[in-house]
Parts: sequence; structure tokens; C-alpha cells
Amino acid sequence: MYRYDEFDFQFVRERAEQFRGQVARRLAGELTEEEFKPLRLMNGLYLQLHSYMLRIAIPYGTLSARQLRKLGDIARRYDRGYGHFTTRQNLQLHWSQLPDVPDILLELADVEMNCIQTSGNNVRNISADPFAGAAAGELEDPRVLCEILRQWSTLHPEFSFLPRKFKICVIGTEEDRAALLIHDIAIKIIRNEKGETGYRVYVGGGLGRTPYLAEEIGAFIDKHDILSFLEATMRVYNEAGRRDNIHKARVKILVHQIGIPEMRRRVEEEFSEIRKQGTLEVPVHEMVRIAAYFAPPAFEKLADECPSYEQHLRENHDFAQWAKTNVHPHKMPGYAIVTISLKPIGKTPGDCSSEQMEGLADAMDALGQQEVRVTHEQNLVLPHMRKADLYALWQKLVPLELATPNCGLVTDIIACPGLDYCDLANARSIPIAQAIAKRFSDLDRQHDLGELKIKISGCINACGHHHVGHIGILGVDRKGVENYQILLGGSGAEDATLGEILGPGFDQQGIVDAVENVIGTYTTLRQNGERFLDTYRRVGPHPFKERLYAR
Amino acid sequence: MPQVLTANRLKAGEVAYWNRSAGWVDTLAEAEIMAPADAEAALTAAAEWVRKGEVVAPYLFDVRTDNGVIVPVKVREAIRAAGPSVRTDVGKQARNVSL
Repeated sequence: MYRYDEFDFQFVRERAEQFRGQVARRLAGELTEEEFKPLRLMNGLYLQLHSYMLRIAIPYGTLSARQLRKLGDIARRYDRGYGHFTTRQNLQLHWSQLPDVPDILLELADVEMNCIQTSGNNVRNISADPFAGAAAGELEDPRVLCEILRQWSTLHPEFSFLPRKFKICVIGTEEDRAALLIHDIAIKIIRNEKGETGYRVYVGGGLGRTPYLAEEIGAFIDKHDILSFLEATMRVYNEAGRRDNIHKARVKILVHQIGIPEMRRRVEEEFSEIRKQGTLEVPVHEMVRIAAYFAPPAFEKLADECPSYEQHLRENHDFAQWAKTNVHPHKMPGYAIVTISLKPIGKTPGDCSSEQMEGLADAMDALGQQEVRVTHEQNLVLPHMRKADLYALWQKLVPLELATPNCGLVTDIIACPGLDYCDLANARSIPIAQAIAKRFSDLDRQHDLGELKIKISGCINACGHHHVGHIGILGVDRKGVENYQILLGGSGAEDATLGEILGPGFDQQGIVDAVENVIGTYTTLRQNGERFLDTYRRVGPHPFKERLYAR
Repeated sequence: MPQVLTANRLKAGEVAYWNRSAGWVDTLAEAEIMAPADAEAALTAAAEWVRKGEVVAPYLFDVRTDNGVIVPVKVREAIRAAGPSVRTDVGKQARNVSL
């Protein structure tokens, strides 16, 4: 993975010390809250319901064991012993105290991490496929471009005060495990007819109160032109995006106001201007240098069949159940990708205790794992496991409560922090996720239902991605009471679609029954191994609506 | 409807409530219940506490009393007063004090 050079270390430490000075001035009364707020937000520090919340960037969702252990240590010493992995592949600490934050930032700098641009109207943490470097069929590791973009966009003078926040995502496979098209700019690594790899660029995705999927703006951008093309796109947005209304300021609004053909025309005009100057080409040697940081580990030459693994699968039912959903094919024979569920039944989706972080870091060291990935579905991934080591891994995960066998199933629910923590929320998300998971806790029933993605947000801002859930749930405030709307038919995968609201909302108990009701409709109507989403797409909302709202 | 003045402490970020005789207190049980006119005056006066760096983001919220217990009208304020409903081991509720 990418390692800080001397300049990076110096810059991040200076930034922490700068913040220490700002905090001291705030506490001494030399800065007002109005003056201080933008400064703390530039370091990812929000004021939430109960306390300050620190959002720590995890670039493209990749962590080393050392970093994970440090996060656990920081959560224990400075916070309340846990953190929350988010749908943007970041980690949030919910209980920060203002005087501690400069020290936390310095400790993060020691392990090459920071909180820069985890808030504000700038380019946020760039997300990527959590299976990067491990997935079969991947053209190139998307994190190489992510890192180039991270360096380019960090403190970019032109793009530090955009009309609104800006989210970028990169993937390198046909399968989409990163919710590509809900980003402001989405980049897919593709190959042209000449066999060259380049980038297909989409623009204008986003959820919130006006959800859109990104649309194609560049069919094939040459690799060395990508910064020029992105700079052109962002310049058009920066100049023409609305700044008078926060709800209309994202690039998706501009794209849909002027239309994608006009957006494309403006971007191409700007792109050709930038290209003429030729100053933004990514030098080949720099690409090669950064790519070297993401070189895959030295894979052993193994047979794909692994007799000891097969034997454990036969002999241990619990292990076999876990492997069924949490172990995925790897590009190399004899290897596998493992998803570690952060969705134990009845617990908070995405929460991870200090003991779990440290225990997993120990397991990674013991099994020679260099990296763990954070997924937008709020789980963790070990990308390069030898099949022969899977049983040993599982045995280490079980006592850590990290071996819940539910990836992709109905209890693998995304939920934002909601009204339990968040200042913006209108309703709680986590208790709904917990109640649904308990209702469907029977593993045979979960397997019978197959892939089913439930995503829950506690307000219209949609951090819980409810628009792209097969079943989405949106919490609203209805005359002071929490109320939950149900959406069906969304997908954040390669078959991306936005879900549609089915009808009137439900109270806290009613929404769990409503979810069970629509799942019941699915089991009645499904044909030939259809997933919930397939059945919904075939029959449409009416059968679901009729049964759910039947008097 | 009666109201309570609340804010977050500048340093710890912790939720605090106003009581004219005790100042900024940690629990809703200790908060002062005010008639709307008094509450507005208290909110205006809170600007001085913000200026002094004691608290940030003060505002008023509606409450009713139930057998002498202060009950916020909105779930949001009940959660701020206690802590996350899904983690009763953290927040004010974990300190085993009267909320």
C-alpha cells in the first residue's frame, strides 16, 4: 500500500500542530465558534448530538494491520472503545473531546493517516472496490488511480471551495462492489478495441433529496489525460454549479439542469484547452512509481483445490455456513477473498470495538495479511487469504464476534448512525436494522431468501443509501414521531437502479412487519431462483403494494 | 409549551442544560423548565456563555412534565438526554444518575 514520504509526514504533522494552535485559540476565547467551525471541519471534526465526532479518512478503504491496531488503540484511549465504519469507507469516533483531537491527529500521522477533507466542500475520501487487486477479471487495481487522484485533489487550490462536497469512486471490474454510479464522478477502468486500458467517466450521481445515477460523460479517456479530464469536469462544475441553495449545489443538479449533452460539450471544450497546455499529463514514471505501492503480494503457486479446507467444510457445519456467504473467489488459484461481517445479529451495523480491531490486526499478522479493506456496506475484507488458512482465520474470528455468516443476506444491513448519534437525523436507523436482523435471524431462512440488500437512512441525506437498497428504508419525522417509508427495487451494484417509495410510512414496529410482508410477497411470487430484486423487476410494485396495504 | 435551554459544552462536546441557580448542568433532571418568554430571554443571555467559551450551539426545546419528571416532546432530545438508545452502556445513561 501507499507509504508516506518525508514530505507527507511533515505536511500531516504540521497540519495537526496547526490545529493544536487553533484549538488553543478557541479555548482561550481568541476564536469565536463561527471562526473556529470551518477550521475544525477541515480536520473532520463535527459536533453531533452527544459529543464531537471525528471522521478519519481511510483512503480507498485500505488499512494495514498496524493502522487498524492504532485505530483500536485511539478508540480506547481517547474515545469510548469503539468506532463506526461508514458507507464512505471511513471510520467515525463518536465521543471525541476537543482538547484531545490534536493529539489524536498526531497519533494518526504516525501511522500515515489523517482527517483532511473528510468534511467540507471539497473532494472527499476517494472510494474503490474493496476487492481491488484480488477480484477475477479486474483490468487494473483501481487504487493506483485513487492514490493519484488523492494526491492531486488534496488541498487543490482551485477545488478547495467547491459549491458542495464532491465524491469520487474508481472500480476495475464489471462487477460493482463500490456503488459506483451514486458518486459525483465515477470512473470505471475499461479496455478499448486496441487492447489499451483507459477510463470510462460518469458524472452527476448522488443520493440525498434528489437522487440520480451518474451518466457517462467520457466513453474512453486515455490514462495520461485523466487529470485533465477531471479538472475540466470539476472546473465546469465549480464555475456553473449553484452556490445560492445548498440543496441544489451538487454536480448532479447542474448535470440534470443543463443536460448531459451540454455538460459533455462544456467539459470537452475545457478539456481541449487544458490539453493544449499539456501541463496536467500524468507522467508514466509517476504512474509506475505509484502502481508499485499496490503491487500484489507474492502469491504462492497453489492448486485451486485445497483438501484441508474441503475437509473442514465437510466436518464443521458452522464453518461451512460462514464460508458459503463470506468467502469469495480470488483471481489466483488456492486463494480466496474473505468478507468479515460487522453485522452481528442485534448489534450496530458497522460498529467495531477496540478489542475487535486489535484482535483482527493480530490475526492478520499471524496469517501474513498485509491489508484489510473497508466496504461501503460497512463490512471488512481480507483480500488475499490462502484457502488453507481459512479455517484458522475463522477460528480466530469467532471469539471476536467477527464471524457472522451473513454477507449479502437479509441481515447484512447498511444503516447510518441515525438519530442515536447524528445531528441531522430525523429518526433512528440502528434499532430498525437490529429489529429486522432479529426477525430474520434464522440462518436457513436467510439462505432461503438469498441475496437481499436492506439499506436504512435516518434522514433524507441518505448516508444509509436507502435509494439503492433492494429494500430501502427512510426514517422521517412525522409530527414529532419517527416514521419509516419503504422503497423497493433499488440497486447499488452493476445493475444500478433507484428504488421507488411504495406507499405511506410505518411506525417503528410496523416497518419491521412491513419488511416481512414484502419479503413474503417475494417468496410467493419468485420463480426459478430469482433474487428479491429480480422478482420485483419482473412483477413491479403492485403485488407488493396490494398485499402490504391490504385492509 | 414549557421549554428547556440546552447546548453542548465547548471542551467535551457534552450535552448541557441551563438552570439559573446552578448554571450549566449535565442532566435534564437538573434543568430549569421555563415559560416560553423566559426561555427566549435565557436563550438571548446564553450568547454570553458562548462568548466566554463555556458552551456552543444553544437552543430551546419543548418539554412536558410527567409526575414531576421532565419529558422532552421530541425523541431527539430524549436521546440527547440519555445517550444512544442502542448503547445504554455509553452516554449520560451509563453514569447511573437520575436523568
